[in-house]
Amino acid sequence: MSPRAASRLASIGFEDVYDYVAGKADWGSAGLPLEGANGSDTRAGAYLRTDVPTCRLDDRLHTVCERLAESGWDTCFVVDDRRVVLGRIGRRAIRGRADVSAEQAMTPGPSTIRPSARLANVGARMRRQNLTNLPVTTADGRLVGLLMRADAEEALETIS
Amino acid sequence: MPTPIDRQEVQRLLAAEHAQLVEVLPAAEYEDEHLPGATNIPLKELNAETARQLKRGEPVIVYCHDYQ
Repeated sequence: MSPRAASRLASIGFEDVYDYVAGKADWGSAGLPLEGANGSDTRAGAYLRTDVPTCRLDDRLHTVCERLAESGWDTCFVVDDRRVVLGRIGRRAIRGRADVSAEQAMTPGPSTIRPSARLANVGARMRRQNLTNLPVTTADGRLVGLLMRADAEEALETIS
Repeated sequence: MPTPIDRQEVQRLLAAEHAQLVEVLPAAEYEDEHLPGATNIPLKELNAETARQLKRGEPVIVYCHDYQ
């Protein structure tokens, strides 16, 4: 639709016309703000925690656990140089504290959502699947933060 | 000739060149969600008359939902 609109504007005489072909789906999935009746305050991206710990594949698990103990978190995401999520180190691995790398300790390929996901849908999914949190990434897999179920439910009560 | 651009170029044009954003989806979809500061001119209503609200001396960025 936007290529036709851009061509139409050019035919009307506008000389400096650009077509953002990926559109608002791309904008929202990058965690950028949206306005409107179902704007950013109804989306997961507005309620996530961005201070969730990360580590690299070759970090040692005991080092990761020490950092987690200091931060108060009980989970850590294994990311690459671009913050693309490769895996997650959860409570079971942390309790084990084996002398292994993060790569060996992680659960690979955790399920993720986009910042633009509608909070009502995400909240329903978390209840249905009994999830306490969900990692939020951009469409190209980069970690944005972690949405806690308690935060989502509190927000849903406020905005409903 | 319109130029296809990505998100980074949209952000640059908005910040550096005062570009105007135009959502060309129907009004109901615009009211549901739109980029900050965007104007709504649905494709079916886009003509010389409705385009008068746009400044000719500044870049215009059109968008819809995704690759449609």
